[in-house]
Formats: sequence, C-alpha cells, structure tokens
Amino acid sequence: MDLKSLTIDAARSAVQERKTTAVALAEAFYTKIDSDDPQIGAYLTLSKDRALTKAAEMDAMAAKGEKLPPLGGVPVGIKDVMVTRGVRTTAGSKILRNYIPPYDCTAVARMEAAGAVMLGKTNCDEFAMGSSNENSAWKPVHNPRDLSRVPGGSSGGSAAAVAADMAVVTLGSDTGGSIRQPASFCGVVGLKPTYGRGSRYGLIAFASSLDHIGPFGKTVKDVATVLQTIAGRDPMDSTSADLPVPDYIAELEKPVRGLKIGVAKEYLGEGLDPEVRSAVANAVEKLSKLGCEIVEISLPHTEYAISAYYIIATAEASSNLARFDGVRYGYRASDAKTLSEMYRRTRDQGFGAEVKRRIMLGTYALSAGYYDAYYLKAQKVRALLTRDFDEAFEKVDAIVTPTSPTAAFKLGEKIDDPLAMYLADIYTVTANIAGIPGISVPCGETKEKLPIGLQILGKHFDEATVLRVASAYERATL
Amino acid sequence: MRVSEKDVAYVADLSNLELSEDERGRMVRDLNSILGHIDRLNELDTSKVEPMAQVSDRYGTPSPQHGGAFDYASREDILEGLRKSLPREEALANAPDSDGTFFRVPKVIER
Repeated sequence: MDLKSLTIDAARSAVQERKTTAVALAEAFYTKIDSDDPQIGAYLTLSKDRALTKAAEMDAMAAKGEKLPPLGGVPVGIKDVMVTRGVRTTAGSKILRNYIPPYDCTAVARMEAAGAVMLGKTNCDEFAMGSSNENSAWKPVHNPRDLSRVPGGSSGGSAAAVAADMAVVTLGSDTGGSIRQPASFCGVVGLKPTYGRGSRYGLIAFASSLDHIGPFGKTVKDVATVLQTIAGRDPMDSTSADLPVPDYIAELEKPVRGLKIGVAKEYLGEGLDPEVRSAVANAVEKLSKLGCEIVEISLPHTEYAISAYYIIATAEASSNLARFDGVRYGYRASDAKTLSEMYRRTRDQGFGAEVKRRIMLGTYALSAGYYDAYYLKAQKVRALLTRDFDEAFEKVDAIVTPTSPTAAFKLGEKIDDPLAMYLADIYTVTANIAGIPGISVPCGETKEKLPIGLQILGKHFDEATVLRVASAYERATL
Repeated sequence: MRVSEKDVAYVADLSNLELSEDERGRMVRDLNSILGHIDRLNELDTSKVEPMAQVSDRYGTPSPQHGGAFDYASREDILEGLRKSLPREEALANAPDSDGTFFRVPKVIER
C-alpha cells in the first residue's frame, strides 16, 4: 500500500475491506520509519507491541465483518508530552529519561478507543518549549522538505512524521503555536481547538491556561476526524467544557459563500517575509472568489501579544515544573548529601538551557516586587487581546493570517538568540491567549520550495467554521 | 540592565536551581534582552482593565442552585474519587530510590 497521501478513510477502508491488514499496514509504517527516520528524527520511542496488539484487534473485527470505529487500523504518532501507560514518556527532557507512566492521557485513550494504532512517541522541544524542535534533549528533528531546516516546534516530530509519511495522523500540543507553526513549516494541516474543547488530562503541563492538544494530518478532513475523536468533556479535566460536539465532517460540506472573512493589518506588518505575504494575499483572493466577503479588521493590541505571552507562559511553567524534584519519578542527581542539594542538582542536571531560562523568567515575573509589574500587567493585556477578538468576531465569521512570518529557517539559525526565537510565534500566540481555535493549512511555497501556511482563526467553540473555510480553500487549491 | 548577577542568584535560589558560573552570566544577558522587549507592555494604560487568568470562565453554564460560572466543574464528593489510587508498587515503580513502602531521599536536617 502506498503510504504517500494515505488518508484516514483510505487506511480504514482498506483494513475494513480486507485489502490489507492493520498489522501489515503498521509493519509498512515501521519499515518506512526504519529507513527514513534516521535522517529526520521524528520519533523518540516506538511502541511496537502496543501497536501490533491494537492492529490485530482491528483485523479480528474486520475478519468478522464488524464495522470498524472511525480510526480503525489507522497508524498514528503521539507527541511525547502525552503520557502513555507502560510506554516511556520523556517530554523531550533528560529529567524524564526513564519515566514509564502508570496511566494514559485521555486524548490518547480516546484515539485508541476509536481504533487508532499508536506507532510511537514523537520528538518535541523539551517540555514543549521551543519553536524549532532544537530544544529536544535527545536529537533535533530535520524538516522532511529540506533536511538543513527546522520542522518548527514544539511539535516538530508530529509534523515531520505526517509530512514524511511515517504516520497517517499525529497528535501534538500547542501552547503558543506549537501545532500550527510546525504544520506550516512542514506543509501539513494542523489544528489547535478551542481551550476546553477537549481534555488536557495526561498532557504534561507547560502553561495550563494556554496548553491545548490537537491533530496534524495531510487533509482538513483527517484533522476534523481526529478532532471529533478527542473532543468533549472529560471529568478528569475540570477545564474541559460540558458542551455538545458538532458533527465536524458534516460541517465540512457546507458552503462558504457569504461568510465574512476578516483580514487584520496588524498581521501583515513589518517582519513579514514578502513571499509569505504574497501567498497569503493569493489565498485571500481565492476565498473571495469562493464567495466569501473579505472584511478589513483591526486587532489593535497584537504587537503586545508576545510580551504578555512570554510572561504568562513562563510564570505558569515555573510553577508546573516545580514538581520535577527527583523524588517520585524521573532523574535524580546521585551526588547530593542533603535534600535541598538533591533538588537543585537534579534540576540543574536534568533540565536544558531553554527550560531553565523559562523557569527563571517565570519565577522572576512572579517574585515579590515584580508580580504587579509583570504578571498582573500581562494578565490585563491578555484581557485586552481577548477583547480585540471579541470585537472582531462581531463583524466577521473567521480571520485569516499568515501562520508564521517566514518559511522554515535553518537549523542553528536562531538557537543563540532566544528573543528572535520567541518572535517567530508572533502570529500564533494570540489564539492561545484568547483560547480561540486556529488551523494552519498549506498555501503555496517559496521559490526555494518551502511550504507556507495560512492560519484561519474562529470564535470560541466554532471549530466547525474554521474547518469549513479550511476545507473549501483546500478543495479550491487541489 | 534591570537584572543583575545578584538577581539571577536570588531567582535561581527561588527556582531550586544552582546554575554554573557560565549559565549565570548567560542568564543575565538573556533575561535582560527578553525583559527589554517585554517592557513595551508599559505603553498600555491598563488601570481600568480586569486581569484575565484563564479562558474557562467564558463557557461555564451556571446552575440554578449556585449560579457560578464554574459550576460545571464541581461534583459531589465521593469516597474513592474518579479513579482509584495507584497501587503502592505502581506509585513507587518510577522512584529513583524507595524502601518498598516510602520514597527515600537524602537527609533533610543535619544533626
């Protein structure tokens, strides 16, 4: 079976109709991973036993003529920040080098309950902190479209695995753009749902008020199918919303004629690469031809988003990462004589440079004398940024922007300049700050054949419109 | 320079980090560069703006009894919780050091 452009429907129906078996399909993906992943680095851990057991279960169902669930036999990859019972989970960090979780992340459990075959855990920036995947404590990920370039981050392995046909779909996490930006860099589709659309239970926390789980796929439909699977209230996550989940696949078919699409000048300003600008302008033109009404809007506080984001995200991170102390699980420094020495050395030796930088920045922002000036100030600016979107969505149904100001940059290009790396998230952090859904879909290439991404943002809990616009655009550009 | 070496040492202490000499120097440079950018927030007058800690108060469905935005997140207290506690062996399975009953750590207090 040709793994290139293999979609959920094609994989599932091939298993259902016994044209192949789920076991053979999983084996084919492992063969592909064995041959190609040494150059790319998308996977950290393979979970062959678990995958083949699930695949055999799906084959048994198909053999009996039973209808397979929506992801029946579909090979998937899971970002290594989601815990998996019995399968090593490191969050890309040496401090969790040998961690074998005793429970499953809800999103993973829902994927497997829907028949998905988990091939393994995908590479990422340490604790999902990064925009290039170069902060993985284990190895960098190389962009499948150009091995000298980064795949984006922090879900670089999940994006690269889909782009390089080493999984049909994958799950990633997005705290400031960590799904949408790598999707854009690798030329695949990536969706960050609304905050609360699904469960964060079992997602190793980076910044709890900004963290989201979401899918990568080759098509908008595949991403919609995975969202359908992982969405919905979970009693184990009190922030998951108790709201009905629409039929996203049915929504994809609805026409986009008459929808109002906002274009914000603040997302087309200084620092935007000319090739990205023109690709996005062409996409807007295409949406207009499809019958959408293009409306100029303003999101006036956008220029303050990165500043507010990096205070809130690091403040929450400094608190969340306090749990890594070498007592109950994970790495412990062996040379300490007292408990407090043990904590310090464990964290010094276990965390990488970027994680320490963020813990320091967050602790500083929360410390006595600076709390009001930084943390409280950032929370107020968060309210202003959210109000910007509320006002815009009174006028429009969705907003389109570039996903990232540039196409994929070179490995090593920004690694010594943390501020430059943070500014790469300029168009994506706002959706995390406000909690609104956003998708990145491919919208052309640069002269150097690097993919460019179009970001489509929607109202809270209106993934349906975001997916509908993305799907219409995708069909129009096939 | 708003962050000095002394500040870095103090914040490292609060963070349970030691940091090498090199790391401290680099941290002074990086924190000043990032905070220099973040200072733009002061251009905004936020004196009349309420801080926003999270977004989940936007989708709460207040119940008639309580009327709070987060009612959906509460439930009756139950003895075992939603999930049973881990068996001891499982809870200790990832421990760097244990005696089979407790986690074992270096001495807390020197005599």
